[in-house]
Amino acid sequence: MTPVPPPALAGAGGKATTIWLYEKSAKIYPRSVSGLFARWRWAVVVLTQLLFYGLPWLVWNGRPALLFDLAARRFYIGPMVLYPQDFIYLTVLLLLSALGLFLFTAVAGRLWCGFACPQTVYTEIFMAVERWFEGDRQRRVKLDAAPWSLNKLWRKGGKHAVWIALGLWTGFTFVGYFTPIRTLWAEAFTLDFGPWEWFWVCFYGFATWGNAGFMREQVCKYMCPYARFQSAMFDRDTLVVAYDTARGEPRGSRGRGTAPKAGQGDCIACTLCVQVCPTGIDIREGLQYECIGCAACADVCDDVMDKVGSPRGLIRFATENGMAGGWSTARMWSRVWRPRVLVYGVLLLAIAGAFVTSLALRLPFRVDVVRDRGALARLVDGGGVENSYRLQVMNATETVQRFRVSADGLPGLAVAGPSTIELGPAEARWMPLALRVAPETAASQRPGAHPIRFTITVVGTGDAPAAGATRVVEASTFVLPR
Amino acid sequence: MSDFFSPAWSLAVGAFTLIGLLACLALLFFAARRTVVLRPDGTPDETTGHVWDGDLQELNNPLPRWWMWMFVLTVLFSFAYIWLYLGFGSYEGKLRWSSVGEYEEERTQAAATAAPLFARLAALSPQQLAADRQAMGVGERLFVNHCATCHGSDARGSKGFPNLTDDDWLWGGTPEKIAETIIAGRNGVMPPLAAAVGTAEEVRQLAHHVLSLSGGPHDAVAAQLGRGKFGVCVACHGAGGKGNQALGAPNLTDKTWLHGWGEQAVVATITQGRNNMMPAHAGRLSPEQIQVLAAYVWQLSQPVVKAPP
Repeated sequence: MTPVPPPALAGAGGKATTIWLYEKSAKIYPRSVSGLFARWRWAVVVLTQLLFYGLPWLVWNGRPALLFDLAARRFYIGPMVLYPQDFIYLTVLLLLSALGLFLFTAVAGRLWCGFACPQTVYTEIFMAVERWFEGDRQRRVKLDAAPWSLNKLWRKGGKHAVWIALGLWTGFTFVGYFTPIRTLWAEAFTLDFGPWEWFWVCFYGFATWGNAGFMREQVCKYMCPYARFQSAMFDRDTLVVAYDTARGEPRGSRGRGTAPKAGQGDCIACTLCVQVCPTGIDIREGLQYECIGCAACADVCDDVMDKVGSPRGLIRFATENGMAGGWSTARMWSRVWRPRVLVYGVLLLAIAGAFVTSLALRLPFRVDVVRDRGALARLVDGGGVENSYRLQVMNATETVQRFRVSADGLPGLAVAGPSTIELGPAEARWMPLALRVAPETAASQRPGAHPIRFTITVVGTGDAPAAGATRVVEASTFVLPR
Repeated sequence: MSDFFSPAWSLAVGAFTLIGLLACLALLFFAARRTVVLRPDGTPDETTGHVWDGDLQELNNPLPRWWMWMFVLTVLFSFAYIWLYLGFGSYEGKLRWSSVGEYEEERTQAAATAAPLFARLAALSPQQLAADRQAMGVGERLFVNHCATCHGSDARGSKGFPNLTDDDWLWGGTPEKIAETIIAGRNGVMPPLAAAVGTAEEVRQLAHHVLSLSGGPHDAVAAQLGRGKFGVCVACHGAGGKGNQALGAPNLTDKTWLHGWGEQAVVATITQGRNNMMPAHAGRLSPEQIQVLAAYVWQLSQPVVKAPP
């Protein structure tokens, strides 16, 4: 932005004009780049896409290993069957993701943005397709400026055909997390999707096509909230993509293999760092909010420095303190262990530990006890008292399980009627149940609500009896009438 | 169908809606532009023209144009919405959507989904239904939704609400009779009979006679004196007090006491009568559901061990 002149206030005699507060955003044509960081980015692209496209196809015990069955409200993750009641795990997972982001943002800035964010990853894939059809930066600029021709039509058409195919495959895979993907695959051949499957395949496909094909850096600049609050995690010891002003300036052109002229810096003003930038900024102006930390400029500048025979690293990952003080990389890294990073790290480790422990110790079933609301208590057989309850028992495994229910809290408290229940794989059932106390107990105890406890024990799994060590204790009340 | 007193209200609401939407568009258009001062060199300065505290200026950092088109799109969406759906005075919308209509549609869909299951179950006898795990799952859910409020989740009833798990039935315990009870409901009426019995003391004596029929604790002398009064009860409860399922008259010789036992409860029954009501469920449940539910209730009282101990 150009420097602001002294305010030309009303009455100063200046002429007025009308400006727009919205502008047509300029299309960015990033130049292709190769190098260490580009290779890292492609490694992450391949890894994340293998995971995303591959996971729904994995099979566990004859069913998808990963399946979020929203209609049946069962979430299958490997050997686990989760219920909506297990929502806390999703909360913890999100918490871990957030803390993970905080941690490596504090250490090395927008690593997530530049290397692993789906927005970057899909843009990278889509740009590769674009390059294949339309060529690199200059040829794309030329092609866009050229009038429509058969050549332009085939290049643009081919690009969009591949983009749309990629988008639809992404949408298909996304839906494959919520409905068995092999069934979906079979349906795809006969175009036999249900209405919601159509909607989500097309919607997700459209979003992929639009975001990775057109929106690109606009998403990061105007839509992404994380891009806007990450500065809160930055400090002067955070590694960011930085231009070494002291070394580079004053910039000036020079021939291949010649040393900088007297008073000239290492930067040869070739503007390649600007041409490769996916968000269209000039890193030499310092850290900017648009920078997603992809280090494309660092890659291309290293190439240029090699060619002109100067040392690499004119643009590199460095901290603000390190750049200012001319520190070595080792010294900058030694500042990683600062309180902010330690706090994020300890929190992350503690929550991750609790998460894993909780999953490992998770019981193979859940129970909820609900007292009947219709009647507080009833009198039976010459003075005995009964209270009725409903137990929701949920089998969180994929084998048949048998349970026995017992209760304590009052002398002689016992289950009236059958006290066992058998649940099929991943089945949840209501078990109506009455508890009874003998007439003498009812007469000797004070009237009113007494705290009691239900104990539900696994007595058999599959065909085998269980040792009876796995149990759940649930609190409830037993009412004695006046 | 209008909720308004006069069509003018509906028109007014519609007009406000329309004016509001158009105002949104106008606001977008006017707020997207600013009049600013030109620099001496003829270019507009980079500010929005806002100045605070004399010298604090707001720089113009333009949003992309597509962002504004998104705003416009949301307004256009609103026009489409009020054309298709409710939202424009009392106009019902092109799609004639209503929450009642959606509910009915979902009910129809649910019925269509369950139809094959009920078609299979309809061919089964009550005994076969009772042995069918899926049928009993359906029966259990129907029971919890429609019966448990009064009879309890475990079907063991409460004071005034019969226990369905024993073999003592007021109106008959065959699956057919149970279905009849569910369909049409039952109304068990016992008139106040104190006047026919005589004095309060005579009512007390009759009560002790009734209590003696089931062998419970009672005053033997009073029971002996009350025996002569039992004629009042015979018409419904039978000469032996065994009750009559055609009338819903309870058996007085067992230990089931729907309205409580003991002298006080029985005296109250004779003096005030009883009027016990079960509502009809024919309008709430389909015939197929009633068939399954009747089989479920029937098997509750059958001495079958359902799960291994």
